Amino acid sequence: MGRCAFQDPISENMTEVAAHTDGHDHGHHDHPSWLAHHFDDAEQQFDSGKLGMWLFLVTEILFFSGMFCAYVLYRNRNPEVFEFCSAFLNEKLGAINTGVLLFSSLTMAWAVRASQLKQHKLLVGMLGATLGCAAIFLGVKSVEYTHKWSLGLLPGRMYVAQMENGYHSDVDYLTPLCIAPAVLTVLFALYYVYSLVIASKFHQRVAGPLLVAGLCFFGGIYLGQFIEGGEHHGDSHGAHADAGHGEHASHDEEHAKEAGSETPAPAEASAASSDTGVALVSTSSGPLHDVAVDPKEAAIPNAEVNNQGMAGLFFSIYYCMTGVHAVHIIGGMLVISWLIVKAAREEFHSKYYGPVDNVGLYWHLVDFIWIYLFPLLYLIT
Amino acid sequence: MSAVTTPITAPTTTHDGATEHHYLNHSSGFLSWALTLDHKRIGMMYLAGILFAFFLGGVFALAIRIHLWNPNQDPDAAWLTNATYNRVFTLHGAIMVFLFIIPSIPAALGNFLLPIMLGTKDVAFPRLNLGSFYLWITGLIFFAYTLFSTQIDTGWTFYTPYSIEAKSAVEAATLGVFILGFSSIFTGLNFIVTINTMRPPGMSWFKMPLFLWALYATSIIQVLATPVLGITVLLLALERTFGIGIFDPSLNGDPVTFQHFFWFYSHPAVYIMILPAMGIISELMSVHSHKGIFGYRMIAYSSIAIALFGFLVWGHHMFTSGMADVTTIVFSALTFTVSIPSAIKVFNWLGTMYQGTVALNTPMIYALAFIFLFTIGGLTGLFLGALATDMHLHDTYFVVAHFHYVMMGGTLVAFLGGLFHWWPKMTGKMFNDPMGIVSAAIVFVGFNLTFLPQFVLGTRGMPRRYASYVPEFQSLHQLSTVGACILGFGLLVAGLVLLHSLFYGKKAPMNPWGGATLEWECSSPPPHDNFSHPPAVGDPYDFANVEYDGKTGGYYKKKK
Ligand code: HEM
Ligand SMILES: [Cu+2]
Repeated sequence: MGRCAFQDPISENMTEVAAHTDGHDHGHHDHPSWLAHHFDDAEQQFDSGKLGMWLFLVTEILFFSGMFCAYVLYRNRNPEVFEFCSAFLNEKLGAINTGVLLFSSLTMAWAVRASQLKQHKLLVGMLGATLGCAAIFLGVKSVEYTHKWSLGLLPGRMYVAQMENGYHSDVDYLTPLCIAPAVLTVLFALYYVYSLVIASKFHQRVAGPLLVAGLCFFGGIYLGQFIEGGEHHGDSHGAHADAGHGEHASHDEEHAKEAGSETPAPAEASAASSDTGVALVSTSSGPLHDVAVDPKEAAIPNAEVNNQGMAGLFFSIYYCMTGVHAVHIIGGMLVISWLIVKAAREEFHSKYYGPVDNVGLYWHLVDFIWIYLFPLLYLIT
Repeated sequence: MSAVTTPITAPTTTHDGATEHHYLNHSSGFLSWALTLDHKRIGMMYLAGILFAFFLGGVFALAIRIHLWNPNQDPDAAWLTNATYNRVFTLHGAIMVFLFIIPSIPAALGNFLLPIMLGTKDVAFPRLNLGSFYLWITGLIFFAYTLFSTQIDTGWTFYTPYSIEAKSAVEAATLGVFILGFSSIFTGLNFIVTINTMRPPGMSWFKMPLFLWALYATSIIQVLATPVLGITVLLLALERTFGIGIFDPSLNGDPVTFQHFFWFYSHPAVYIMILPAMGIISELMSVHSHKGIFGYRMIAYSSIAIALFGFLVWGHHMFTSGMADVTTIVFSALTFTVSIPSAIKVFNWLGTMYQGTVALNTPMIYALAFIFLFTIGGLTGLFLGALATDMHLHDTYFVVAHFHYVMMGGTLVAFLGGLFHWWPKMTGKMFNDPMGIVSAAIVFVGFNLTFLPQFVLGTRGMPRRYASYVPEFQSLHQLSTVGACILGFGLLVAGLVLLHSLFYGKKAPMNPWGGATLEWECSSPPPHDNFSHPPAVGDPYDFANVEYDGKTGGYYKKKK
C-alpha cells in the first residue's frame, strides 16, 4: 500500500494543488492537505518529523556542551571563584524560574495530548499557558540581568570589581529592555480588541494567548522586582531610615513600572554601598543581614578572585549559558505562537499532531537545560 | 506544465526538449528556482554556488603561488605586502574549506542524487533544504563582507589569542562560519531522516548504494560536530565584542581550549570532506569496471567507523600546543587506528577493478587519480600522526602538502569524477569524453607538480604561511608555482568541457555508463517527481542483466 504514492503523477506543491488535483484520481488514497506530497502516509511523515526533531535536539545539546566544557574547565581550575560569584546570583529568582519552566513543561505535555484528542480550545489554552510561563521566565530574567549590570557584575573585561563602597551604575537598563515587549503587548492588545470587534473566533483565539503572554512578561518583571527589591529594602530600612527608600517600599507598583529606580541618587552614596554590601552576603545566610548594616563591616570581597580575569570569567560563563538559553526560550515562544495559530485553525487531530509533539520535545529540552543550569550556577556553596 | 511524465525510452539523438518534461523545464522564471522545493534544483543551485566559491578560492590560491615565485627577502620589493599575503592565504583557506569543500559533494551532488537513489520524490524536509541553501548564501555574503571590508588575516583556523586582537572583521567571518555551520547541520539532518524513514520497501540498509552510506556517515558527523564549531566561533565573536575572556590569556582564559574546541569540529570535518568523496569513488569503481563492488559491507562499515573514530583524534593537530605527554601519546595512537578504515576502502576499490571490464572514460580516470593521490595523502598523514616526526613537520609545508593531497587530490578530484559521472543525468547532455580525459590528465600532472615539491620543502624546514623564504628553496617553490598554473589550466579545460556539453552535447541516454543504482532508471534529466512508477529495488551492484543498447548509446536493464 505504501508505495502507491509513486504512481501519483500529481505534484502537490502547495501552489499547484488546485491546478492538478482534479482529473488525476487513479483511485489510490488521496493526499490530504496536511500530508506533504513526498510522503506516502501519515506515519512516515510523523516519523520523519520526530526523528528530525530528535536529531536537532542532539545538535542543541552539543551546542551547549561547548559551554558546559568551559564551565567544567574553569570551575575545576578555580573553584573558589565559582563559590564567590555564585553568591551574587539570586537563588530565589532562579528557583522561581525553575518552577515556572517545570510548570510550562506540564502545560506543553498537556497540549500534546489535547492536540491528539482534537480538544482545540484546551490546546490553545495550554499553548497559551506555556507561552505565558516563558514570558514570566524572561521577565524575571530581565530583572536579574539588569540588576547585575547595574552592580557592575558584567562579563570578562567589563566586570567591575566589587568594592567596599560599592559601585552602582546610574544607567537604567531595565526600561530599554522593556520597550520591545511593551510595544508587542500594546499591539497584542489592539489585535485582541480588533478580534472582538470583528467577532472572529479565530482571531480571538490567537490574540488572547498573545496578549496574556505579553502581560505575563510584565508580571515576571514585577515578581522579579518584588523579590530582588524586597530583600534590599528590608536591609536598607534597617540601616538607614531613608525616606526615599521607605517610599519605594510602600509603592512597590510604581517601583515595578519605574524600572531600575532603586538606583540611589548620588547623595545617597552610603545607602548604595550598603546595598552592595548586602548583595554580597545576603544570599549566604539570613542573620548576616543585620551584620551588614555597616558597610565597612560587610565582607570585603576577596581581591584574588574579585577581578576581571576571575569573577569576570565566571560572569562570562554565566551570561553565555543563560543568554543562549534565553535565546532558545525566545525561539520556543516563536514556534509556540505559530502553533497557536495552527491550533486556532483547528488543524490538529490524531493523525496530524506532529508539530505540537515536536515543539513539545524542543520545549522539554530547553527546560531540561535550565534544570542543569540552575544548580550549576546558582547553588554553589 | 503538468508534471505527468513519460519515461523517456525513446531512442533519439535529436534535441526534443519541447516534448519532454523534466525538472529543468517543469516551470520557468527566476522565482521557480529561487523558491523551489525540488531537491534537484536546490542541488543545481548549490552546484553553481560552490563552483563560484571554488573559483574565488582558486584565484587567491594562484595569487599565493605567484607571490612565492620569488623569495621576497625584501618585503618592499615583493609583489604582495606581508599583510596582504596574510589576508590572501586566510581567504583562500576559509573560502575553500567553509564555502567550497564542506558543502561540495553533500549539498550539490548529494542533494541531487540522494532522493533519486532512494527512489523517493524528495528529501524529508524540502523547506529546510531550501533554507540551508539560503543560509549558505547568507554565509557567503558575510564572507564577502570580510573580503571587502577590513579582511581577516588570522588563517582559516582563527587561533586565539591572535584572532582576539586582530584588527579585522573576525566577527563577520566567524558569524559567516556560524551560519554556514547551520546550513551544513540542516543538510545532514535532512539526509539522515530521509535515509532512515524514506527508503523504499525492499531497500534494506545493505541494499543501499555505497554513496548513500557515505552520505549517511557524513551527515552523522555534520550533526554531531558542527554545533561545537558553532558555539566556538560564537564565543570567539563574543570574546571580541564583549571581552568575555574565555579564550583570552590576559583574562585568565585559555587559548588552547579554543584549539581543542576548534579541532573537535575540524578534524571530524576533514571526514565530512573525504567520506562523500569515498562514496563517489565506490560508485565509480564499480560502475566503470562493470563489476560488483568488492567488499560491500566492509566499505559500508568503514564509513561509519571513520565517522565515529574521527571524533577521537582531534589532538593530533595540537601536539606542539602544550598537552600532557600521555594525552599526546593517546591521540597519536588513535590517529593510527583511524587510518585503518581508509586503507580498507582503498584495498576494496582495487579489488573491485581486479578482473573487471574497466572502461577508461573521464569519470574513471578521475577515480583512478583519486586513488593514487588519496593514498599519498593518507600515508603522509601517518608521518604527521607520529609524535616524533610531527615535532619536526608541524607547521611546515609538509602539512600543507598532506592536506592538499587529501582535500584537493582526494575530495576535489572525486568531486570532479562524480560531476562527470552524473553530469549526463543532471543536465541530460553527454560531454566530450576524450577532452574530459585530457582535463583529468592535466589536473593530475599539475597537481603533483604543485604539491610533491611541497613535501620536500616541508621536510627541509620551510614553514607554512610565510610570505618569504630563503633563496635555496626557490627552485622548489617555482616548480610548485608552475604546477599550480598547469593545475588551474586543467580545471579550466574540465570546466570548458562541461560548459561545451551544455550547448553542443549529445542528448544523454537514461543510463550512459551501465549503472545499476536507481538514478539510472529515470530519464536524463529526471522528471519533476523523479519516478512516475515505483522503481523496483534490486542489488545496486548487480550488473548481470545490464545490457548495452547500440541504438540509444546507453544501457538498459534486461527484464528477468
Ligand atoms: C588517513 C588518515 C589521515 C591522517 C593519519 C592524518 C593526519 C594528520 C595530522 C597528524 C595532521 C596535523 C599535522 C600538523 O599540524 O602538524 C593533519 C593535518 C591536516 N589534515 Fe590530515 N590526516 C589524515 C587524513 C586527512 C584527510 C582525509 C583530510 C581532508 C580531507 C585531512 C586534512 C587535513 C588538514 C586540512 C590538515 C591541516 C589543518 C591545518 O593545520 O590547517 N587529513 N593530518
Ligand atoms: Cu586531523
